[in-house]
Amino acid sequence: MIAAIKAPFIDWSALAPYTSLTVGAVLVLIAGLVGSARLRSWLVPGLALVTLTGTAVELLSRWNHPKVIISEALRVDNLTVILGLLCVAAAAFAVVLSLRSDTEDSVGRGEYHSLLLFSTIGMLILIAANDLVTIFAGLELLSIPLYVLCATELRREHSLEAGLKYLIVGSVGSATLLYGLALIYGATGSTSLPKIGVAIADTGALTDPLLLAGTALAIAGLSFKASAAPFHQWTPDVYEGAPTPVTTFMATATKAAALGILLRILVGPLLPAVDDWAPVIAAVATLSIIVGNFGALGQDSLKRMLAWSSVAQVGYLLAGLVVATSLGIGALVFYLVVYAVMTLAAFAVVIENERASDDGERLSGFAGLGRRRPWLAGAMTVSMLSLAGLPPTGGFIGKLAIINADASGGWMWLAIVLVLGSLVSLGYYLRVIATMWMTEGSAAKTPVVKQAREIVAVALLAAAVTIAAGVLPSWPLERAQDVGHTVISSR
Amino acid sequence: MELTLLLFLPLATGLLGGILGNRLVKPVAVLGGLGTLGVAVGLALNYDTALGGSQFTVDKLWVKPLGIHWALTIDGLNLALVVLTAFVYASVVVACALREQESPRLFYFHLGLGASAVLGAFLAQDLILFVLFFDLMLVPFYFLVGQWGTGDRVAATTKMVIYTLAGSLLMLAAAVATGALAASHHGRHLDFLISNLERLPLGKGTQQWIFLCFAAAFLVKMPAVPLHGWLKDAYKSMPLPVLALFSGVLSKVAAYGFLKLALPLFPDAAASFQDLLLAIGVISILYGSALAFTTNDARLVVGYSSIAQLGFILLGIFSLTSDGAQGALLQMVNHGVVTVALVMIVGVLASRAKGSEDLGSMGGIAMGAPVLAVVFLIAAFANLAMPASANFIGEFLILKGVFDSVTVVAVIACLGVAMAAVYMLRAYIRAMHGPDTNGVEQRDLSIREALPILPAIALILALALSPQPLLKRSEGPATAAVIPAAKAANIDPIQTATTAQAKR
Repeated sequence: MIAAIKAPFIDWSALAPYTSLTVGAVLVLIAGLVGSARLRSWLVPGLALVTLTGTAVELLSRWNHPKVIISEALRVDNLTVILGLLCVAAAAFAVVLSLRSDTEDSVGRGEYHSLLLFSTIGMLILIAANDLVTIFAGLELLSIPLYVLCATELRREHSLEAGLKYLIVGSVGSATLLYGLALIYGATGSTSLPKIGVAIADTGALTDPLLLAGTALAIAGLSFKASAAPFHQWTPDVYEGAPTPVTTFMATATKAAALGILLRILVGPLLPAVDDWAPVIAAVATLSIIVGNFGALGQDSLKRMLAWSSVAQVGYLLAGLVVATSLGIGALVFYLVVYAVMTLAAFAVVIENERASDDGERLSGFAGLGRRRPWLAGAMTVSMLSLAGLPPTGGFIGKLAIINADASGGWMWLAIVLVLGSLVSLGYYLRVIATMWMTEGSAAKTPVVKQAREIVAVALLAAAVTIAAGVLPSWPLERAQDVGHTVISSR
Repeated sequence: MELTLLLFLPLATGLLGGILGNRLVKPVAVLGGLGTLGVAVGLALNYDTALGGSQFTVDKLWVKPLGIHWALTIDGLNLALVVLTAFVYASVVVACALREQESPRLFYFHLGLGASAVLGAFLAQDLILFVLFFDLMLVPFYFLVGQWGTGDRVAATTKMVIYTLAGSLLMLAAAVATGALAASHHGRHLDFLISNLERLPLGKGTQQWIFLCFAAAFLVKMPAVPLHGWLKDAYKSMPLPVLALFSGVLSKVAAYGFLKLALPLFPDAAASFQDLLLAIGVISILYGSALAFTTNDARLVVGYSSIAQLGFILLGIFSLTSDGAQGALLQMVNHGVVTVALVMIVGVLASRAKGSEDLGSMGGIAMGAPVLAVVFLIAAFANLAMPASANFIGEFLILKGVFDSVTVVAVIACLGVAMAAVYMLRAYIRAMHGPDTNGVEQRDLSIREALPILPAIALILALALSPQPLLKRSEGPATAAVIPAAKAANIDPIQTATTAQAKR
């Protein structure tokens, strides 16, 4: 009798990134219970880093070995590998950046890191999702730990407020997405993305109003997560209120995951209907570029400024998505990675500066930083120049690639919007640079706190990668285009 | 390979000095400047004039997915400008080394980066590479003004950057569109090599908006009159040696851009906007001159006269004649050299007048400073295009080209020649002659002061004595640059046999 039960085939090797992360997250939670605070303070982050490194290695080994696993629920292909690596790296850097944070006092270290890892699993599932149900499961697993993480600085009112705000707005976003997914299912009769693709390919375009509404709602729901305008209102408050390492993680990884799945849905099953959704995405991109850039002007809090600027950056990224060709996807993926790296550099500097002075997160706290700590200011400068899209940084090449995709795909006006948006963005990026290098800081602001070497190292590393991506962009761009090819050809 | 070395030498020495520390930064930078000049002169001497065309070419695929080449070359069009850049950079580094700066390591790094970017823009044979260097030029100058400038430096530098980048970013979009549209129109692989794009003309409507984006970038950078709003504050704030580099070579990149890119790539648009650009040129000459003889600020006399001079250069280019283009090229070199001398002289004058650059606080300096007086007079005469100076030949060729092409414009532009005499002599007389009522220090040039000035003066004289080598090299490429646009505008680019030889 027992012999008659056939165990389902499980491809453990393709599943390895997921299993290792899950096991690691549980172990980290247990390690958080170790009695000695000293031991705990290095054991927990250490375990988290080992887990993330292992996951990264397993992901890397899947490069160019695409596979659909768990009865077609997950698709581990090059897109999963690249964006998965990005999320894993973002989590690892969040761990490094939190090493000396005092959140430990408020919540346990084990819980904090475990939540971070669980959120990362959610991202990996979301990016690889090949089924509507998996999409929703991944999104929730990504979001719920983040709601808690935002509120981990229990003694700061802003942190709690950020957590609550993110929870409410995020839930609305999730609900919208779920509704959209339900409508898509209703219209096509399947939850599997490839099967939905077949159903749509038969009709050719989104003639079915049910499908049209479902697509629109799904785009809106994911736009909440990616904080694209007009679904961005929560962004500045949450970015400002959340502990800065968590903000860093959200600004880089969440965005990558949300855009990754948007890409997978739109350029996957919905590709035959590109003429229907491309104008919508173009409109969202335009709005994000305008709203983000103008919102960032005049912000005195750097975290708020970066939040608004991230809205604008999503606009640039969506401008690459509009062109549903391998050129556009390649540009999108490349810029997404560069965006994550330069954002990481900026937030690392903010974290370090926050610790050194009371107003370290305000623009005024950056006055004279160039004189006090030239390396830190240098990293920030590179990040700002790259975000503004000036050479010789990765931001320049990324924008170039997106403009190129837009121009080749007949979206020249969107490229012009992007360029004009970048011009406006100079108004706030240059302000940071000018504050650091061209104004005197008061003598009282000399750092009293010990410098955190690992944070400076992260900032410098990210800045160096940003420059490298601008000087030697050929290799990463080719890899990004490989991803574009596989996404297009896999459908 | 030599060109890659030349391009990176200023940046590399700037970086090296930064690594070696505060004591060595100056010597390393000076060596870098002189080395750059040496390499540039060496290349110029090895350039085979009989052969002509592109030499020392480097062409490697740099960004394969985007079809961007690392393509550098020297031809008749950029040879003189490359040498000019190296020369100005060397003079400026020497001038800086004789002064004290705060945070010298960063200062020389930015200076080197600026020089490398300018060299890159002149040498680039790939459209995107050119745009990259054109944008990159601005970054170090943003810091040089904002960090080492005087007065309201942050506002000045922000204004400068926003003005300039407004044009540059539009140009970036336009440049990408040029390649992408050419590739899709003609069904070819994406490629931004200028020589390839020349052979793939775009439709007329497309050319027009793309040309306007390029023109916006170049006109802001020159600057030409409606777009010169950033000039006053930026010039007032810039440290003097930095100003010499900025005014001496950066504006030339813009003028060169018209010749190298805008005319050959968008000939139809260039022809249809010829009148507009000629009008801008004339207005720049008249308005720039008027500003120059109403200001009392010695530094701004130089700045506003640059507007007028670049107006002439713009006229020469958009006469769409061989003579005009050649005159424009010659005038770019002349103006670069003269500006370096004049800017440095302004610094000397200010040091005599208790640090003030106001012409009203000077006067009578010449009595005790004969060498300074002579040096200033030579530079002033050159700037006002005195016959026998190379500037005279340049302006003559420009005016001749414009006369052959659009006669009315030439007649009005001739006024500019007279106005240049007025503002230059006015500045000279008020600074150097007259009674010494302000108690200025009548001290002659010291060796430290003379060191960066005298080479420029020598070069002015050398150019005056024999401009032929320069004209001979530029004749072919300058003609080639204007031919497509001239054809589109129904102008005969090579008018009756007027060559430089006939005029001398």
